[in-house]
Amino acid sequence: MSATLPLDDRIAPEPSPFAIVRAVFLSRPAVLAAVLVIAVFVVVAAFAPWLAPYDPLAQSFAKINRPPSAAHWLGTDQFGRDVLSRLIYGSRNSLIIGFLSPAIAAIVGATLGVIAGYFGGVTDRVISRMVDLLISFPELLLAIIISAALGGGFWNIVFVLSAAFVPGFARVARAQTLSIKHEPYIEAAVAVGLRSPKIILRHIAPNIAAPIVALVTLWTASAIRLEASLSFLGLGTQAPHPSWGNIIRDGLNNLFGSPWPIVAAGLAITLVALSLNLFGDAVRDALDPDTAQ
Amino acid sequence: MARYLFWRLIDAAPTVFLVLTLVFVAMRILPGDPALAALGDNALPEQLAAFREAMGLNLPLWKQYLNFLWSVVTVDFGRSLIQNRPVLDLIAYNLPFTIELTLVATLIGVVVGVPLGVLAATHRNRLPDSAVRLYSLIGYAIPDFYLGALLLIVFSLNLGWFPINGGGGLFWDRMYHIILPAMTLAFLKSSFMGKLTRTSLLEVLGRDYIRTARAKGAREPRVLYRHGLRNALLPLTTGLGISLLATLSGSVAVELVFNRPGMGALLISAISERDYAVIQAGVIVFALCVVAVNLAIDLAYIVVDPRVRVQA
Repeated sequence: MSATLPLDDRIAPEPSPFAIVRAVFLSRPAVLAAVLVIAVFVVVAAFAPWLAPYDPLAQSFAKINRPPSAAHWLGTDQFGRDVLSRLIYGSRNSLIIGFLSPAIAAIVGATLGVIAGYFGGVTDRVISRMVDLLISFPELLLAIIISAALGGGFWNIVFVLSAAFVPGFARVARAQTLSIKHEPYIEAAVAVGLRSPKIILRHIAPNIAAPIVALVTLWTASAIRLEASLSFLGLGTQAPHPSWGNIIRDGLNNLFGSPWPIVAAGLAITLVALSLNLFGDAVRDALDPDTAQ
Repeated sequence: MARYLFWRLIDAAPTVFLVLTLVFVAMRILPGDPALAALGDNALPEQLAAFREAMGLNLPLWKQYLNFLWSVVTVDFGRSLIQNRPVLDLIAYNLPFTIELTLVATLIGVVVGVPLGVLAATHRNRLPDSAVRLYSLIGYAIPDFYLGALLLIVFSLNLGWFPINGGGGLFWDRMYHIILPAMTLAFLKSSFMGKLTRTSLLEVLGRDYIRTARAKGAREPRVLYRHGLRNALLPLTTGLGISLLATLSGSVAVELVFNRPGMGALLISAISERDYAVIQAGVIVFALCVVAVNLAIDLAYIVVDPRVRVQA
């Protein structure tokens, strides 16, 4: 009686974490380059005090609007501040806010989405209606509206950006929950009398985590661009503290003085956003092949 | 179809109501005192009291809410404290500039983006496809205000081809002023529309009816446009809605870069001057624009896809 197939042939094995990492990092040379760029910026942000040649806030009216030179690699701004040092310190704000906000939004949004999808009924209708409404607003507009009421400052920006991303996560988590809600293992868990919180945490959360994680990486680039936009509009990181957005804001007020702060800060935002997009696409392709293009 | 239109319009009413409620909640209930925000930390208690009195902020919350809704219904947004003019005048002056910019940018973005997507889809995995992919990679990464600032530095400041700021006076002057800001937003939009067109078209081109069309001898352009693109219009319409709203919000930063009048410029300067009535009205106008665009896109579905008509 050798008619029964060995188990391995019928059930596709779960990809090991190692296989996923390998798929993400080595899929294309461009992705590898993107990961390196992100790593460099993270290191720069982490070691800013040791890497920045000058104090980013130190003004020197003896040397304003200098072009790039050996002493100031990216020149100085209208207050004689070293642009490179401001860029290096600015990366801290941009990256911390950029990584933190989608993560917070994912936790809040996924919780709302799972609750809506799992419990259904009135809860679902209320949450879904709000999500449908908020999701029709572009994130930047939502962020501008909330920060018009709240004002700037580090934690306010984190709050504003997280709030802007919550509806997106909620919608994905709800759809995912609905798609697995009637799987046998969930119904079995209900049948043996497990309580809802336990079912959600032990059985639903792990099974919808992959697309959520993929979205977090993908939206980190959006968060960094949003932070830059808000700071550029004067609603984010407040002067004199540097962020990539408000370096461009200062630069625009000093167009005739020196274009270098604008060119350099914008290049930093673009490079990081580009790398994170490439990386995010690769992560999504590896974790969530269904939606991959 | 008339019935669908009717119900869709009726359906928009609670949405508008909900949006207004959210705006009210955001402006009044979030932590932070509007009076303190408006007058600054150094304001005297008497000044704060006078401000609350003038703005109706010491009324009970439900009464404030009704007043707020009433002000929208009667289109009476009060006076700007800073400019000492009716807020409505400020909106009437600024809104056309924003609409103009959004429309021109959308037009350029679609006219450039869709053919790029078609080109990429018909040359899949060859040079044009890679070029379009690179184009949209950059378009997805570069911030609009940075691109705008670069164009301003190169074409206005160094070459002197375009004006440095303002919105222009008469029609041709306005069109002259709009070129750089519109190009800025159109670049991002065309990269988005290009990528979307490529994806949607490739999906459609894999369908059976395309093979049928080819089999019965339809020429390639006819297959591509009549059978292919025609059926890709639905996702493209959805994408157009998303990108129209993205352009609307992007116009805020671009207006600042080019020192153009517009709703974004009005709102941002009101926020920095703490001009409470203008902030509130500006937020309402933007929120209503979002509802209006979504409604317009839903109506566009009827035109684009006959199946929607039947279902309705």
